Amino acid sequence: MVTERTDRVTLRDGFALLGRGIRHEPLIFTISIVGSAVFGAATVATSIVIGQVTDRVIVPAFQEGRTATGALVAAAAAIIGVGTVKAAGIVVRRYFAGVWMQRLQARYRRRVTRQYLKLPLSWHHRHPTGRLLSNANADVEASWWPMAPLPMAVGVLVMLVVAVVSMLLADVVLAVIGLLVFPAILLINVVYQRRISPLATRAQALRAELSAVAHESFDGALVVKALGREADETTRFAEVADRLREANVRVGRVRGAFDPILEAMPNLGVLAVLLVGVARIDAGLLEPGTLVQVAYLLTIVAFPIRAIGWVLGELPRAVVGLRRVDDVLTATGALPYGSARPSSTDEPTDLRVDRVSYAYDEATETLSEISLDVEPGRIVAMVGPTGSGKSTLASLLIRLVDPSSGAILVDGLDTRDLAQGVLADNAALVFQQAFIFEDSIRDNVTLGRDVTDDDVWAALRLAQADGFVAALPGGLDSLVGERGTSLSGGQRQRLALARALVGRPRLLILDDATSAVDPDVEQRILAGLRDAALPSTVVVVAYRRATIALADEVVYVENGRVMARGTHEELLASSPGYLKLLTAYERDAAERAALAEDEEFAQ
Amino acid sequence: MSVASSVGDGRAAGSWRTIRRGLALSPEIKQGLAATLALALVATAGRIVVPIAVQQTIDRGLTGPAGVDLDFVRWVCLLAVVALVVTAWSAYAMNVRLFRASEAGLATLRTKAFRHVHDLSVLTQNTERRGSLVARVTTDVDTLSQFVQWGGILMIVSVGQLIVATVIMAIYSWQLTLLVWLCFLPLFILLRHFQRIVSAAYSVVRERVGIMLGAISESVVGAQAVRAYAIEQRTQARIDEAVENHRSAAVRAQRLVALTFSTGEVIAGIANAAVVVVGVLLGVAGDITLGKLLAFLFLVTLFVGPVQVGTEVLNEAQNAVAGWRRVLGVVDTPADVADPGPDGVVLPRGPIDVRFENVSYAYPGGPTVLHDLTVDIPPRSRIAVVGETGSGKTTFAKLLTRLMDPATGRVLVDGVDLRDIRFDSLRDRVVMVPQEGFLFDDTVGANIRYGRPGASDEDVTLALTELGLADWLDGLPSGLDTRVGQRGESLSAGERQLVALARAYLADPDLLVLDEATSAVDPATEVRLARALEGITRGRTAVTIAHRLSTAEAADEVFVFDDGRLVQRGPHRELVARGGVYGRLHAAWVTQSR
Repeated sequence: MVTERTDRVTLRDGFALLGRGIRHEPLIFTISIVGSAVFGAATVATSIVIGQVTDRVIVPAFQEGRTATGALVAAAAAIIGVGTVKAAGIVVRRYFAGVWMQRLQARYRRRVTRQYLKLPLSWHHRHPTGRLLSNANADVEASWWPMAPLPMAVGVLVMLVVAVVSMLLADVVLAVIGLLVFPAILLINVVYQRRISPLATRAQALRAELSAVAHESFDGALVVKALGREADETTRFAEVADRLREANVRVGRVRGAFDPILEAMPNLGVLAVLLVGVARIDAGLLEPGTLVQVAYLLTIVAFPIRAIGWVLGELPRAVVGLRRVDDVLTATGALPYGSARPSSTDEPTDLRVDRVSYAYDEATETLSEISLDVEPGRIVAMVGPTGSGKSTLASLLIRLVDPSSGAILVDGLDTRDLAQGVLADNAALVFQQAFIFEDSIRDNVTLGRDVTDDDVWAALRLAQADGFVAALPGGLDSLVGERGTSLSGGQRQRLALARALVGRPRLLILDDATSAVDPDVEQRILAGLRDAALPSTVVVVAYRRATIALADEVVYVENGRVMARGTHEELLASSPGYLKLLTAYERDAAERAALAEDEEFAQ
Repeated sequence: MSVASSVGDGRAAGSWRTIRRGLALSPEIKQGLAATLALALVATAGRIVVPIAVQQTIDRGLTGPAGVDLDFVRWVCLLAVVALVVTAWSAYAMNVRLFRASEAGLATLRTKAFRHVHDLSVLTQNTERRGSLVARVTTDVDTLSQFVQWGGILMIVSVGQLIVATVIMAIYSWQLTLLVWLCFLPLFILLRHFQRIVSAAYSVVRERVGIMLGAISESVVGAQAVRAYAIEQRTQARIDEAVENHRSAAVRAQRLVALTFSTGEVIAGIANAAVVVVGVLLGVAGDITLGKLLAFLFLVTLFVGPVQVGTEVLNEAQNAVAGWRRVLGVVDTPADVADPGPDGVVLPRGPIDVRFENVSYAYPGGPTVLHDLTVDIPPRSRIAVVGETGSGKTTFAKLLTRLMDPATGRVLVDGVDLRDIRFDSLRDRVVMVPQEGFLFDDTVGANIRYGRPGASDEDVTLALTELGLADWLDGLPSGLDTRVGQRGESLSAGERQLVALARAYLADPDLLVLDEATSAVDPATEVRLARALEGITRGRTAVTIAHRLSTAEAADEVFVFDDGRLVQRGPHRELVARGGVYGRLHAAWVTQSR
């Protein structure tokens, strides 16, 4: 569902936005305004030239039945000259208005994404992905959209002033007609934009809603198909499509009504000028050229006036867009960094979790007072049922989030005191959901770190990913991700593992990182890790026995608490929860076997 | 992207063919089109009211034989006002008719295309293509709709305006008409050329928007990975570069548009100058009146608008036709998994037996993933399907539930070819639970009810209880009314699978196919679910694809797939004794889990 912010948008908010745009790029704005003023003045000048040519060249020629070449050439030069100046004004105005708008959009896109990269993951978790993407794209675009017609609108104001002055100088009575027609056109434009703007916004919201329905329905295609719900899905889609149709027709109806009215206004003005003008010529108060000049002016000025309406019409949407963007820009909570650096560079880390609690929201505590010591070089398996807090603890260890209370100490240093980037250089976490960048295999492994291809291949080998990478036509250069080769879940996980291993992390955390890999391949990976003599302290989240067998020690977690720790055998003996979880399949098999024997016995 | 090419994009179709085909699919657009165009003609005639009034006023009201004739001017102006009102009303009526007809037609087209996409197997086979299929029913149609609202009307009006202006000009003076056309003709001819340049510039912009969005999404979708590896600077550098590339392309397009837009003004100046010079000479020779000459100055302004907006309108028209072609390409792609419709067979309810007869399958353009499979599944049997990744298990499940059709051979259910069974009957009896556990952005209850619309809350609760999930339900913050978020992401992967399972169970099928449906839950929960499923699938046919072999141990029979072939089948205990592929898989499983 698309929810529009309903906060009131006042004209003042709109002008504040325009002011901000001007402050960011004063020079570009000034150039486009100068271009636009030239265009406005030249537009009026065109009518004056036409009027003058009528009086001085055309009418005398018709009256006298002859003409002078010099006068004709001068007339032609004047008409072409003023037309060219006007065209030059248009080029400058349009080009620099575009430059202005694009610069503002680029500036805000950079600012918004900087903020995304700075804000903590907890902030990201609170904001839906789609919303953040549209903040950086559609909202930024909408914010600065009015900048495109703004210089023209300012030029039109110049034009109107010059037009009124020129009319007053030409003939006061005809000027009165102009003074009636111009404000009327302006007013109708403002009313038009005020009427159409909410309708257009609504149509836009419905387009977004329709897109969301289609996305969801196609994403869930397998379910839709498997349950035979295509007809219901189509009804759901058709309902929104129909509302969008109605909204579009409503927009069209308003546009269809106002466009002809705006078209007719200057024409009515010209007819009034003709009527009054002829009377005044009859009374000897007016030259025919002046009549032509004023009539012509009304004809050519009417269209540009619309620019003012365009700006006013776009402002409410722009203000709403900018508010959303500002929400991102003013968000706080970026993780602060210290300046500490661990002394060792290639020894496994010492890891201490000291009474750590964490809550995603106030109601539910995910981790409660967890304490844990891992000696350098040890492999610790973290085991627990679904939702026991293992993944949360894993993300705390490499400081994706900070604990609500307690501390994580790496090499005896609080992770919050470490300098920026230090933890990432020393520790790596491999997630169950591997994120693959739109890039080559090589780049997905190195992530820009200074590593040789040999190191990349070594890491791929250890992650059992060298086989499928070598089989890709481009090898390390093959593009992966949405526009490249698509990888299976298991392949993605192995690539993400290689990414972690290539940095030779001193602390390696695997969060169910091989869940989509075939069992025998997983065994080869685990065996490889054990034999590779990595300089790592390892924490591995797992269910599988083989993974657990790799560990020196097991920590059993339940409901956000460490329930037991020790070797696998010790835990089987001491922890009923651990025993129940680990022997689920065995007990199942045993019970089945017993049942089968009973049945045989009964027969 | 071999699968991608299986959906026709109709690129080969010419514009006129696209338009004809499009109009045939959306008959609403054509309805009353003649009347609309007639109104358009009247509407555009409004544009020449003023030039004619000027000419009449000057020639007959101002410089006529009787000198100034104010009465005549009054009549001219009154008539002109009436004409303006009539033409303005016609313009309004034309606009509204056009919007109504086109929007109705496009809504129909959208819905048709949407329905059709669900019948294309590419949707379930190629996740990468989904985004572009969404664009077919949204932005592509929107482009068309927006074209009609702006460019389309402008195009009709511009052409009409040029025609009526030329007609009235020709009546006044053929020499000056020729002159004006001589000035503007090169521009009209060049318009197509300009449009191509501008269009190329805009396609660069669109391409860079895509790259930019991709780069931005890394900072949002990949936030975790970016943070874990502290690659913020690198990510920002990539975004900055993409943003800058987009900006420069957009500015370049803007420059071209500004230049083409302003040429109209320069040409108008030249045309006006030529009209004045030649007009005066003609006037001196007595070939034209003063009013007619001055009217020409007003008529020339009617040429400026079409030239100014010409490139943009042509651009929009081209994009709109291209979008239309893409939508039609989807609609015209034959539904590869089509409903036989009312002629199809309706199966009676009851236990199901399945037979695969020489079934092979290959993804379009890809290698064969299932080779000549012949196998029987007796009614009421519980089958476990095992094998390594890529062995053909999921293909088997999809063919079994007719999410795709075999390349050769056939799949028979109760002796009837799957392709002959009506969809509503098939989906009533055969249900598959895919691994992903996709949920709709709604409540837990609504998602489960998706399996059987009209089921009451009691039915849903009962289903969960029978699956042994009552305590899980009690733990949810708002019970059945708990919202699951987009794609169900507020729940854990394991919980999503629980909902998906309950959804299928509520559908009450005679054949239930589970494709690694419990892969993301912990072992204790999985065993509990497996037990519950055994109870509820009793009396039904059930096929379970399993990653964890605990399922196989409980099945009546195990099918072992390897490299697209069924290599072993039989009860678990027999297969273990026999060794082979199953022996190996089982040994690996035992070492892993015990």
